[in-house]
Amino acid sequence: MPGAIYAEGLVKTFGDVRALDGVDLDVPEGTVLGLLGPNGAGKTTAVRVLTTLIKPNSGRAVVAGIDVLKNPTEVRRHIGLSGQFAAVDEYLTGRENLRMVGQLYQMSARDAKVRAGQLLERFNLGEAADRTAKTYSGGMRRRLDLAAALVVSPPVMFMDEPTTGLDPRNRQQLWEVIQELVAGGTTLLLTTQYLEEADHLAHDIAVVDHGRVIARGTSDRLKARTGGERVEVVVHEARDISVADGILRSFGKGGSKIEEHTRKVTVPVSGGAKLLAEVIRELDARGIEIDDIGLRRPTLDDVFISLTGHAAEVEEERANGAGKPGGKPDGTQEGEREGVREGEPEGERERRRPVVGGPTRQDEEAAT
Amino acid sequence: MSVIGNTALRTAAPRARGGVVQSARDSLVVAKRNLIRMARIPEVVIFGLIQPIMFVVLFSYVFGGSIAVGGSTDPSTYRQFLMAGIFAQTVTFATAGASAGIADDMHKGLIDRFRSLPMARGAVLTGRTLADLVQTALTLVVLAIVAVIVGWRIHEGILKALAGFALLLLLGYAFSWIGALIGLSVRTPEAATSGGLIWLFPLTFISNAFVPSDNMPTALRYIAEWNPFSATVQAARQLFGNLPVGYPVPSAWPMQHPVWASLIWSVVIIVAFRTLSVRKYRSATA
Ligand SMILES: Nc1ncnc2c1ncn2[C@@H]1O[C@H](COP(=O)(O)OP(=O)(O)OP(=O)(O)O)[C@@H](O)[C@H]1O
Ligand SMILES: [Mg+2]
Repeated sequence: MPGAIYAEGLVKTFGDVRALDGVDLDVPEGTVLGLLGPNGAGKTTAVRVLTTLIKPNSGRAVVAGIDVLKNPTEVRRHIGLSGQFAAVDEYLTGRENLRMVGQLYQMSARDAKVRAGQLLERFNLGEAADRTAKTYSGGMRRRLDLAAALVVSPPVMFMDEPTTGLDPRNRQQLWEVIQELVAGGTTLLLTTQYLEEADHLAHDIAVVDHGRVIARGTSDRLKARTGGERVEVVVHEARDISVADGILRSFGKGGSKIEEHTRKVTVPVSGGAKLLAEVIRELDARGIEIDDIGLRRPTLDDVFISLTGHAAEVEEERANGAGKPGGKPDGTQEGEREGVREGEPEGERERRRPVVGGPTRQDEEAAT
Repeated sequence: MSVIGNTALRTAAPRARGGVVQSARDSLVVAKRNLIRMARIPEVVIFGLIQPIMFVVLFSYVFGGSIAVGGSTDPSTYRQFLMAGIFAQTVTFATAGASAGIADDMHKGLIDRFRSLPMARGAVLTGRTLADLVQTALTLVVLAIVAVIVGWRIHEGILKALAGFALLLLLGYAFSWIGALIGLSVRTPEAATSGGLIWLFPLTFISNAFVPSDNMPTALRYIAEWNPFSATVQAARQLFGNLPVGYPVPSAWPMQHPVWASLIWSVVIIVAFRTLSVRKYRSATA
C-alpha cells in the first residue's frame, strides 16, 4: 500500500531547467520525511506539486490516498501547507488571518474563531494576536504562517523550511509542535537546510539534487554510507603525533589522517566504545599525553556535502558524455540511488533512533 | 496543553458544501478580508476619490463654456452632460484596484496559500471584485455629492436615477474582472497598477463621456458609438435626464437602446473575463 505521500517519476521543467527530474517518494502514514538538498535542488518545486499548486509535466502523485492530478480539490481538504515564504496578509491581524484561513477550510465562523485563539497561544502570538501582521517580526510571521497550516490539523502536512528565520527557542518550540503532530498521527514532509533538524525530526531522509533523489534512508543509514565510526585523538605534544599515528593505525581499518596544526590524528575503526578503551590504554602505556579523544560518527553535514558534492561531479561527467542518462524522459531512476537502498546492512533498522512516537513507530516499521 | 496533537480537535478534512452556497460564502470571506485591508489603507480610497473630484471641477469650469452640447455652449448645460461621463470613468478605475490587489497577493505568496485551501475556485477573485464594488459605490456617493454642489441635478425621478447608478456599478464590476485578469497576468504589483490604468484613457476618451461623439472624425465616432463604455454613459445620461434638449442621438444601435446595450456589454464582459480569470488563477504560479 502506498504511503500517505506517494510520488512516482515526477518531472517538472521550467524552460530549460529540469526542476524535478524523476522524483519518487513514499512516506508511510504517521512518519516524517526530511527533504534535504542544496539551493535550487527542487525541494520547493516538489512541495508545490504535491500540494496541487503546480502540475508536473509527467509522473504521478498520491496524497492521503487521493490522486493529486485527478482530484486536487479533495487533496486540499487533507493537507496543510506552510510554504518557504510566509504567506500571511500583512494588513490583517494575526487573529483575522487565522480566522479567515479557518473559514476557507470550511469551518464554521465560531469554530474558526476558537481555533484561531488556541493556535495563537500555542505559537506564542497571544500578545500580538490583535496587531496587524505588518508589525510582526520575521519569526512571528513565520509562526503565524505555520499556525495557518495547522488550522484544521490535517492528516498530511507540508512544511517548506519551517524553521528558517526562527530563533533557537522558537525553533525548539516548533520541533515540539511537530513531534506532537506526528504523535497524533500526522504525516509530514519537511524540507530543511538544517541537517540537525532532519536528524532530530525525520524518520527518513531523502537527499535531493538537480531534481533527483540521490540518496534516501534513515539518518543513521546515510551516515553509515558516508563512512563509519572514526577514532579521533588530539595529542598534547606535536612530537607524539607519529607514535600516536602508529598506534591508531594498528587499531584502525584504513588509512589515518593527520592534521599537524591541530595535532589531530583520525582513523576509521569498527568496534565502538570497547575499542576506544583499548586505544586509550595503549596510548597511556606508551606515555602519550592527550588533550582529547573520542569516537566520532559522521554528521549529516558530512553526508550532505559528500553526497551533493559527488552528485555534482557525476552530473558534469554525464553532461560531457554522449548518453546523458540524467535526462531520461520517462523519469526512471537508476544507478547509485538503488545502490543506497539495497546496499544497506539489514541491521541498520534496529539502530535507527525512534525520534517521535517511540515504540509504536518501531512496531509499525516491523509490520511493513 | 496539547492543541496540536489533540485528536479531539482534529477537524481535518471538513466537508466542503460545494456549489453556489460554498462559492458565495468563500467569496464573502475573501471580500471581508479585502474590505478590512481597504479600511486599513485609507490612502488608496482617498486617492481614488481625488482624481474624479478634480475632473468634476476642472472639466466643469475649464471646458464648460467652450464645449457645445446640443447646440448650446451654456456651462451649466455642459455640467449636466458631463457628470455621467465622469461617473462612468470613475467606476472603470476599479480595474486598477483589482489588478494591483491581485498582483500584490500573487507577489506576497498569498495566492499560494489560497490555492492550497479547499475553497471555491473563483472565490479569491470574486471576493476581490465584490470588495471593489463596495469601494466603487462609496466613491460614487461622494462624487454625486460633489456633483450636486457644482450644480448637477437629476430630472427623471429618483428610481430612474438609482437605475442609472446601478448600471454604472455593474460596469465597474465588469471592469474589475478585466483588472483581475491583468493582475494575474503581470509579474509585479507596479506593472499591475499602470497596466490596469493606461488603456482606460483611450477607452474613456474615445467615447461620448466628455464630448458628444458627433463632432469626431468618422472612424473615431464609430468606435465611440460602439464603445461599451459609451453605452453606459448614454444610459446613465438618459436615466438622470441629463441629455440636453436638441441633443442629436446617434443612430448606432447601442446609442438608440443604451440601457440594453449597457446591460449586455457588462454581462458579456463579466462572463468572458470571469471565465478567463478563473482559468488563469487555477494555473497561476507566483
Ligand atoms: N517558477 C519558476 N520559474 C522558473 N524556474 C523555476 C521556478 N521555480 C523554480 N525554478 C527553478 O527550479 C529549480 C528548483 O527550484 P526550487 O525552488 O524547487 O529549489 P529548492 O530546492 O527549493 O531551493 P532552495 O533551497 O533555494 O529553496 C531552480 O533551478 C529554480 O531556479
Ligand atoms: Mg525552496
